[in-house]
Amino acid sequence: MTPSIEARQLTRRFGTFTALDHLNLHVEGAKCVGFLGPNGAGKTTTLKMFTDLIFPTSGETFINDISVQKNRKAALAMCGNLIETPEIYGSLTPREAFEMVGGLRGMNAAEIRSRTEIVLGEVKMEEWTDQKIGRFSKGMKQRINIAASLLSDPEVVMLDEPSTGLDPRGMAEVRDIVRGLKKGRRLIFMSSHILSEVVDVCDEVALVNRGQLLFYDTLSNVEKRLSSGTTSIDLSFTGPVSDDTIGSRITSLPGIVGVSRVDAQRLTAMVAGGPQVQAQLLEQLVTAHIGLVSFQPSRSALEEVYLQEISKGDS
Amino acid sequence: MTMPTVSTAPDGSVPPSLGRLPGTLTQALLLSRYQFRDYLRARRFILMMAIVAFIGAILSYVLYYFNGAGLNSDADSFYGTLWAGGVTVVIIFSGIIFGGDAIAGEFQYKTGYFLMGLPVRRASVYVGKFLAAFAASVVAVLVYLLILVANGSRYLGVANAFPVSLFESFAIALLYMLALLGAVFMFSSMFKNSLYAVLVVAVLFLFGFTLIEDLIAGLVKIEPWFIITYAQNVISYPFLATLPPHVATVTVGRGGSITTYSPTYPEGFAVMGGYFLLTAVGGLALFEREEFT
Repeated sequence: MTPSIEARQLTRRFGTFTALDHLNLHVEGAKCVGFLGPNGAGKTTTLKMFTDLIFPTSGETFINDISVQKNRKAALAMCGNLIETPEIYGSLTPREAFEMVGGLRGMNAAEIRSRTEIVLGEVKMEEWTDQKIGRFSKGMKQRINIAASLLSDPEVVMLDEPSTGLDPRGMAEVRDIVRGLKKGRRLIFMSSHILSEVVDVCDEVALVNRGQLLFYDTLSNVEKRLSSGTTSIDLSFTGPVSDDTIGSRITSLPGIVGVSRVDAQRLTAMVAGGPQVQAQLLEQLVTAHIGLVSFQPSRSALEEVYLQEISKGDS
Repeated sequence: MTMPTVSTAPDGSVPPSLGRLPGTLTQALLLSRYQFRDYLRARRFILMMAIVAFIGAILSYVLYYFNGAGLNSDADSFYGTLWAGGVTVVIIFSGIIFGGDAIAGEFQYKTGYFLMGLPVRRASVYVGKFLAAFAASVVAVLVYLLILVANGSRYLGVANAFPVSLFESFAIALLYMLALLGAVFMFSSMFKNSLYAVLVVAVLFLFGFTLIEDLIAGLVKIEPWFIITYAQNVISYPFLATLPPHVATVTVGRGGSITTYSPTYPEGFAVMGGYFLLTAVGGLALFEREEFT
């Protein structure tokens, strides 16, 4: 069975505030999908309704075509999830906690033992198998939570901002773990507001704002969307760049629609066109021999599209 | 044991991870095992044992100081005085300590986000936690019983330290424990903050119900049969040679009267059982509707 999740006309109101407004989203297949949006966009609300932690005002969520609202137990049987940095009883060890989780999921003792070793290895926590979870740091707890969500080797994994609250090293480790999950036949649905994280680990992205889905597409298609738009590119030079040089040798290059100075050696160029136009521009800047040392988009393609779409929605 | 849950997708297939899910009761029992383990390792268990030890120590000292305090002639007088009064206090404290935050804590400490993301019904979580709190409370009561029996063996002799009435009273105390835990769990389900749940339960069971009972009986002059602390008086009945009259009126002063009420056995059992059923069902219904916002 191909793993899938679906939100159908999903609506949630908190008093007069509409957190989600008839959201429709269908994700199918083994892939990693980033669920993006600014704070308060409705990401966590959506994930909580996928895991039955909160209830829809109207609409329904499905995991592998089974309604979460009508049969939470059956729907969640195929889903590992990590919502809002949960806590495990502090007096239990990871081994005991996983025995409980495995037992609740119907795994036998041998399966639990072998999977515990595997998943604790995946999150690099095998040395802490018999230590009490209450003594763990936040990052260690998060890794244990991720491991717990993978214990039954589920087809669908839902992660709600898994690297939130972690230090840079912890964030990098969590990204490595999520990247590792993609090797399986899993559907990973991960909410985040860290765009670089999504670019780093996801194949597809769904953008939500003000409770509505703005788009759901592959990352490569998101980049194509930019080909007709304007991209901001940071340029650095070996020495100061004169106004003459800017006027005569840079602004006149094809694709450039504007240049602004950051400081003596750095400029920001606004470039109309996609990757091909940018490649030609880079070539011409190099052959102009004006001391170019760095040519870097100010923002990733996803970031550009994100900001464009969010600002469209806000206006 | 309930049968495993098997659900099918619209195409009729049964996902492999689904066909083997344990039933609701099996999951509840499994959860209770780990919750009970958590209780045994937690500071609250040490606190509860300290409370029981403190009560037991005071009783033991008083008995020692007064050389049996005049209770060493008869097992029923001995346990009727020492057991029936103390066990309700132990039950109330254990209910507060083990049940007060049982459900509220799932929201407050975010452990619920871990449990409720698993393929379990909320009823399994509720029942599992209830069973664990009940088991931990039974341990506390057994320790108290052990202290009293040790004293009973000293003052009454080992042969007289285990009267049938003590076991009968113990069984009734367990019914009271069920009723109290039912109420505690219901209040715990009402609040997402364990402090509120613990406070409400402590105030109600330590003072509130008793005060209401006295006011109803004394001022309104009707039997407070619906108050659980009134019903729990039957815990002491196995030690009595004759049961107290259901209603007794004593004339005082110039034509005044005081009416006292005592529950009958059926009344006590029915009220405690009723409290248990109503609060357990009510608490579960509340928990089913609570959201992890």
